[in-house]
Amino acid sequence: MENNSTDFLEEIAGKEYEHGFITDIPMDILPPGLTEDTIRFISQKKNEPEWLLEWRLKAFRSFLKMDLPGWQNFTMPDIDFQAISYYAAPSSKAKYDSLDQVDPELLETFKKLGIPLSEQKTLAGVAVDAVFDSVSVATTYREELHKLGIIFCSFGEAVKEHPELVKQYLGSVVPHSDNIFAALNAAVFSDGSFVYIPQGVRCPMELSTYFRINAQNTGQFERTLIVADKGAYVSYLEGCTAPMRDENQLHAAVVEIVVLDNAEVKYSTVQNWYPGDSEGKGGIYNFVTKRGICKGANAVLSWTQVETGSAITWKYPSVILQGDNSYGEFYSVAVTKGKQIADTGTKIYHIGANTRSRIISKGISAGNGQNSYRGLVQIGAKANNARNFTQCDSMLIGDRCGAHTFPYIESKNKSATLEHEATTSKIGEDQIFYLNARGIDTEKAVELIVNGFAKEVLNQLPMEFAVEAQKLLAISLEGSVG
Amino acid sequence: MLSIKNLHAGVEEKEILKGLNLEVKPGEVHAIMGPNGAGKSSLASVLSGRPNYEVTEGSVTLDGKDLLEMSAEDRAREGVFLAFQYPIEIPGVSNINFLKTALNEIRQYRGLEPLTAKEFLALSKEKQKLVEFDAKLVNRSLNEGFSGGEKKRNEIFQLAMLDPKIAILDETDSGLDIDALRIVSRGVNKLRNEQNAFIIITHYQRLLDYIVPDFVHVLSDGKIVKTGDKNLALTLEEKGYDWIKEEVAS
Repeated sequence: MENNSTDFLEEIAGKEYEHGFITDIPMDILPPGLTEDTIRFISQKKNEPEWLLEWRLKAFRSFLKMDLPGWQNFTMPDIDFQAISYYAAPSSKAKYDSLDQVDPELLETFKKLGIPLSEQKTLAGVAVDAVFDSVSVATTYREELHKLGIIFCSFGEAVKEHPELVKQYLGSVVPHSDNIFAALNAAVFSDGSFVYIPQGVRCPMELSTYFRINAQNTGQFERTLIVADKGAYVSYLEGCTAPMRDENQLHAAVVEIVVLDNAEVKYSTVQNWYPGDSEGKGGIYNFVTKRGICKGANAVLSWTQVETGSAITWKYPSVILQGDNSYGEFYSVAVTKGKQIADTGTKIYHIGANTRSRIISKGISAGNGQNSYRGLVQIGAKANNARNFTQCDSMLIGDRCGAHTFPYIESKNKSATLEHEATTSKIGEDQIFYLNARGIDTEKAVELIVNGFAKEVLNQLPMEFAVEAQKLLAISLEGSVG
Repeated sequence: MLSIKNLHAGVEEKEILKGLNLEVKPGEVHAIMGPNGAGKSSLASVLSGRPNYEVTEGSVTLDGKDLLEMSAEDRAREGVFLAFQYPIEIPGVSNINFLKTALNEIRQYRGLEPLTAKEFLALSKEKQKLVEFDAKLVNRSLNEGFSGGEKKRNEIFQLAMLDPKIAILDETDSGLDIDALRIVSRGVNKLRNEQNAFIIITHYQRLLDYIVPDFVHVLSDGKIVKTGDKNLALTLEEKGYDWIKEEVAS
């Protein structure tokens, strides 16, 4: 099907009217539906070069050929890809005029997390004052980074300003045909972040999307690409502890990380998307593809994730250890309560010689929550002396929840050393009572026990983030015991 | 200070304490002895507010306040301390962090400012020395991988740190070798003062050689059937419990 873009735009405009969209923002939201035209429209809206459109279209064609997977440890929800709207222009319009209009429950949680008022407003979508701290902070940061040659910008900006870098690395770790959700993301991704750390540069601060201007409204099909050139170092933070609500149920993000010789990337995530009501209705499906490659010798990639939100969390941040002596890590805490489901873990591919990896997974289930660890450690034929250590611990709170472990090991090299440890424990009434008998109430007791359980992972997070994550775990499990 | 009147309590319809009376005044040490199944540990559980125990009759007050109306944590904050017969392991929670949380929760309840890190550390050092507690165990996970003796000694360290009005030692001597027993007893003796009181639950007279009680009570079938001084413990050691049962029956 050939389409003249002008005709197409008119058609879309007509459709919007037909569907009774609010007339003062006629071009801001694309009506639901997914065809090649949708993709052309998105690409055009973003003024993308031809090669990127072609790439999106290839992804879309792969997407069409794929079926939804059937191996996951949960019932796949019905997802109508045609019912999703794939484009919404970043809106500067606030949802609310003041905090008084925001759900009091949400505000209560903000208070417990100790989030400053100005941030509460941004997070809840309240109009902020003309002079807003984080905007000026962000500008200052950008200048400082620019001096070092570090590129940290939106994906859209990167396509315009650094097309050669984007072209070189886009899809090089997660191909557009990798899996159905990655293909969908590649076809329709809205925006995201791009990071490039030049050779030998150590990024002096934690990079966080929070500090990036124009970071809003890219949530649903976000795409992140991080490249650490030889000898570079960066620590990147994604998400925040504040509860995030979104009208869009399906989130299919892609994160690609390239780590060259002697470089190191630390990627930390705190995910607290809306988990749905007590029946699990309306919660986010967080289906994310995250993968990094240690391309050069001595490269290091470390994933840390704290997953407390979403109705379903389904992701396996992975590491390809291609360079000799490269090292990959995966630290995870996943909390499921109510009707939440998590099927998460990692895949580590040992390809180079003397490659090492470490996996620490902590699953906490409460209520009717189901928590699965699924991991693959693959040792290639040339990965002499590869080493992996895996530990996956599960903690159960109550007797209606579940913990499941699916560890896979595939080794083609006899010199590999692989260790796997697993434990399952239950927060017992006797533990709670012991702490009660020392003057600690049940809520605080659970907080202590859970944070003790997850300590090894939380310690991996940058300091400030770790403190927030601790509070988050406690709040997530409030009322789960007793 | 602690006043227990006509206490009836049990688990799941089964009555274990059947009208127990006990008055404890500041500065006193009361030993509670008795045959297996007499209700000694149940008494400790009921006083400290362990769930599943139901009080059907009677009253327990501490300085006039009704303990039975309070949650376990509030009883602790009011000054009740139970040294557990089987201390619980909590992996990943450091002993010191746990104690700091506990102490500051108790202080907050009493309207006191939380201790600063420096003050807390100083207090911890002082108490470690007082009860001869191994500094290495302070930073380990709470009771995790501790030997039986180390766990019991940790209970006494906690007792020293939290400085309760009334401490109940539930068979603290069980599983202790003679050296550990001496250390634990020395600790308790140093912590005894005119403001606090101890209830020591034990099977054996041995502990009472080290911690000399003001009163010895014999608990049998959910009631205190005989009260005496430290010599009663010696008699029990020699003659067992049967003669008391007979005395009660006649």
